[in-house]
Amino acid sequence: MNVTVLQFPGTNCEYDAQYAFEKLGANVTLVWHKETKLPENTNLVVIPGGFSYGDYLRSGAIARFAPIMETVSAYAKEGGNVLGICNGFQILLEAGLLPGAMKRNDTLHFISKYNHLKIINNDNQFLKELEEDDIVNIPVAHHDGNYFIDEAGLQDLKDNDQILLKYCDEKGNIESLNGSVAQIAGISNKEKNVFGLMPHPERAIETLLGGDDGVKMFQGFFNK
Amino acid sequence: MKAIVNVALKKGVLDDQGKATHHALDTLGFKEVVSDVRIGKQIIMELNCDSKDAARKEAIKMCEKLLANTVIEDYEIEIIG
Repeated sequence: MNVTVLQFPGTNCEYDAQYAFEKLGANVTLVWHKETKLPENTNLVVIPGGFSYGDYLRSGAIARFAPIMETVSAYAKEGGNVLGICNGFQILLEAGLLPGAMKRNDTLHFISKYNHLKIINNDNQFLKELEEDDIVNIPVAHHDGNYFIDEAGLQDLKDNDQILLKYCDEKGNIESLNGSVAQIAGISNKEKNVFGLMPHPERAIETLLGGDDGVKMFQGFFNK
Repeated sequence: MKAIVNVALKKGVLDDQGKATHHALDTLGFKEVVSDVRIGKQIIMELNCDSKDAARKEAIKMCEKLLANTVIEDYEIEIIG
């Protein structure tokens, strides 16, 4: 399993992502945004969290034009697995690799805390090690996580099982965190090879540090 | 030549910043005066173009590609030559 983790100026979760995937047994390579090639035999590209280009203009808006992103788009279009976490999710939306857009949280505050998530669909490479309606407890840390998609787009997501994760309370009751349409926390593309979520599974890898629910969220990529 | 681009959330996309600011204005005694508040951003560019038409065409391309996210935002362009 070869995982490539991208680095933009302002990325700050690349080492957590590296730690998490190495702990699960992957070979991890960090790739700078100015590169135009992915390492050969890459099985998964991870676009980690942070504040690429200072979130200037809009979160992810400038990073999507980085040289490496053209390669990542081509990789995704050929069926390669891509996972965007937090700012990585925002970049995938800006790049049009996932549908919808991010707005400022409806509370207008930066939200940083553990939050429960419900698995809405596990029929994909990412979440197949979890069951539908499973609940995981994962840190969130974002200012622009208020997912927006119009009604036709939302219907498309539902019809194609693209809604993967929703925010919920500890009992699994769906509840709003940041104003997201349908309380969506994570989605995939129609082809189920590009995934994006706002919460940070890579920060929930060690019980000593608060929880390890992130481990089972990444395990799906390892088991064919 | 100067291009002034205003970008704001589309009508129909809830503007939480506008809503919060509207509420603040209400509590400051402007309730009767203010009926709507929307918040956007203004991008001011110096362009090296020969005509207003050419400048507008370039500015539209920039908005579509980068300056606005047309999934949620509209833009307006003013060219001052």
